[in-house]
Amino acid sequence: MGQTLPVHRVRRFRLPQRVTNWLGLLPFFLFVLVFLILPSVNLFAGAFKDQSGRFTLDNINLLSNTYVLKSYAVSLQVSVITSVLGGLFGFAVAYAITLGHAPRWMRAVLITFAGLAANFGGVPLAFAFIATLGRTGFITALLKQICYADASGAQVCPFNPYDHGFSLYSLTGLVLAYLYFQMPLMVLTITPALEGLKKDWREAAENLGANRRQYWFHVALPILWPSILGAMILLFGSAFGAYATAQALTGGSISLVTILIGQQIRGDVLNNPNEGYALALGMVVVMAFTIAGYTILQRRTTRWLNL
Amino acid sequence: MKTKRVHVWAWVWGGLALLYFFLPLYGTLEFSLRMQKGQYSLLAYQTVLADPQFLSSFGYSAVMGLITVTLSVLLFVPTVYWVYLKVPKARPIMEVITILPFIIPTIVYVFGLIRTFSGPPFQLTATPFKTDILITAGYIVLAMPYMFRAVDVGMRSIDVRTLTEAAQSLGANRVQILLHVIFPNQRIAILSGALICFALVIGELILGDFLVRPALGPYMVQVGRDRAYEPAALAIMSYALTWLCLGLIQFFSRGGKTRQQLTGR
Repeated sequence: MGQTLPVHRVRRFRLPQRVTNWLGLLPFFLFVLVFLILPSVNLFAGAFKDQSGRFTLDNINLLSNTYVLKSYAVSLQVSVITSVLGGLFGFAVAYAITLGHAPRWMRAVLITFAGLAANFGGVPLAFAFIATLGRTGFITALLKQICYADASGAQVCPFNPYDHGFSLYSLTGLVLAYLYFQMPLMVLTITPALEGLKKDWREAAENLGANRRQYWFHVALPILWPSILGAMILLFGSAFGAYATAQALTGGSISLVTILIGQQIRGDVLNNPNEGYALALGMVVVMAFTIAGYTILQRRTTRWLNL
Repeated sequence: MKTKRVHVWAWVWGGLALLYFFLPLYGTLEFSLRMQKGQYSLLAYQTVLADPQFLSSFGYSAVMGLITVTLSVLLFVPTVYWVYLKVPKARPIMEVITILPFIIPTIVYVFGLIRTFSGPPFQLTATPFKTDILITAGYIVLAMPYMFRAVDVGMRSIDVRTLTEAAQSLGANRVQILLHVIFPNQRIAILSGALICFALVIGELILGDFLVRPALGPYMVQVGRDRAYEPAALAIMSYALTWLCLGLIQFFSRGGKTRQQLTGR
């Protein structure tokens, strides 16, 4: 430590700083290029090729193939129903734990379980619903046991849901199972927005003579609607891309787009691999619109609510 | 000011939500205990835990989870650090890239993986080992949105530039800065990202199924097809695992709020 003279290193030839800075991101971009961009581009390119590799738009046209079109209709149906129902239910719950002043314990339990249930999807979710509402499930068994003797003395058990056309392994069952993660997802995304409603706004509205209804329709909802719609779009996306729950619950008997793509990967059910690519491309287009819509609404939200 | 009385609707909707959360959970638990006729027992759990196929598939997914976590951390922490330090312009680009796995559904993604890497020139599905490389890359991609966000939030909470300059003035090189300054300061962010990443790999079905590797997801689907009570036991076990992971994340991030940055500032 005796000598403390500054030592100047000899400067070697160097690329400009700006370039070397970007080079530091090379490993990440290479990884993304090989394992994300390349497979995606490959798939999308395939959607515009015929079987001998020439450019064509036929595959896209074949999205009007009734089989394919029907799978899109089913997927959209399930996604719209679960995002609207899940959205309304979730909004009501979020309202209950914020402005409704639900008791503290209820609020804590609901938020904890919302976090859990929103992350509880896939195969285990299907199992849980089979054990609960399946043919021999817990609730089914309970409802079956509710019996009484009718006028003629015969035993009737009118509450077995499976006697009334209900089946867990149907679209209705799928909707019920999806709601198990859709509703809590809504609670988690919309609660901060409801908490962001300032009390001043309500008081200001009341001072100006507004009643409860007027406050909601002229103040609160105009502020909240981008958040509500954005959250519902998010729910739509989470249902539209889902595969595992439907596969485990119905064994692939409900032909969602994701299920159809799965079958196409396994055994080329469409008899034309390029149609499969087009099917996949369609999904990505829908999802891209979904995320774009969500992002735009998210921006609108931040005008009034500092989330 | 109005008193904070509980609205009737709060009871109604809150109560309904509680029922909706608890009934399937209770139903599953009850069902999983019914394997032995006439009495409650843990037989379904014992059967699952004694199944060598369960152990091997759980082992496979757990090892894959650990490898994925390690590689994601090694990929993302230095990259995000570098972005904050040198190329802040790249952050929006990374944000868009890391959200892509949300836009591309997993089933579509695995479709692309198979069509790209199963043929020449890569042939990454030729041997189990090569497929494991491919599946690990796939897991890293699927975990990307969570891992990036976790590390991004963590990196925002510390003063990267000051810490780096301080370390440099003490003679540390880049590797030392990363190992001894950035990693320790990021351990909470890394841990929560790692837990989500691990839980994702453990619960993942599609990659394991379509790349035909012996992961936990495909095993569960098979059990669901063949057995009655074991699936319920598996569902309860994975629910408990989800709970554990979320609990750990909350525990660590709560402890972290008081001392986000170990050194500097």
